[in-house]
Amino acid sequence: MEILIFAILALVAVSCSILVISQRSAVSSALFLIATMVSIAMLFLLLNAPFLAAIQIIVYAGAIMVLFIFVIMLLNLRKDEFGPERKKAQRFFGILLVFLLLIGLATIIELGAFGLESTGEISQPSAPAGPEPLAQLLFTKYLFPFELASILLLVAIVGAVVMAKRRL
Amino acid sequence: MVSSSAYMILSATIFAIGVLGVLVRRNVLVMFMSIELMLNAVNLALVALSRQLGSLDGQVLVFLVITVAAAEAAVGLAIIICLFRNKKSVNVDDFNLMKW
Repeated sequence: MEILIFAILALVAVSCSILVISQRSAVSSALFLIATMVSIAMLFLLLNAPFLAAIQIIVYAGAIMVLFIFVIMLLNLRKDEFGPERKKAQRFFGILLVFLLLIGLATIIELGAFGLESTGEISQPSAPAGPEPLAQLLFTKYLFPFELASILLLVAIVGAVVMAKRRL
Repeated sequence: MVSSSAYMILSATIFAIGVLGVLVRRNVLVMFMSIELMLNAVNLALVALSRQLGSLDGQVLVFLVITVAAAEAAVGLAIIICLFRNKKSVNVDDFNLMKW
């Protein structure tokens, strides 16, 4: 049953991400990207990470994608401004290189270079990780990265305002 | 239970599609979306390995990656708006001011 759900979600995620890069209009690309993110959130649920699934939908599919759609609408692009895409040769070599990259990654994963074999089969399904155990770690072991993230967000806010504003 | 390798293969596939998007597209917005796709693929791998190792450290890392992605999207889209205001285009081939 779990394998069936995984297969369906993986199929949706992969086909939607192919559609993201093959659509001519940026708005449909953005919509397919939302579909990809929602299916990845469902995979997080399958991996016993419900809190991250919620964060994924709220932050990625919500906030970031709204920002994308907002900018696409703001730029008010017409069809002719997209122009021709890259040359045939460039596309061919792009696909070739990505195919080689995929083969390399798959080989590394199958060889167990990440230590997947040494840790063995997962003994028992862990309890779903809600906000509490994550916060426990975030405010003790990872307190410094957490504070750095807050500074990063502040810098991003200031940077975005400075760059996008016509005249300060 | 679905093995971690299956999740890793799926993550590698989505990452490769993101790389392909950056390589073959010229619309800077779609290239930016491909970068988001790659970040998502890495998040999936991190959560899968976190389950495999039975520790929550990977999930905390995903949390921080999502924060960085949000900051990156805000700054990146501001840069795109700036570029469009100056060049009246979203085609990356027009953005060659810093090429020598």
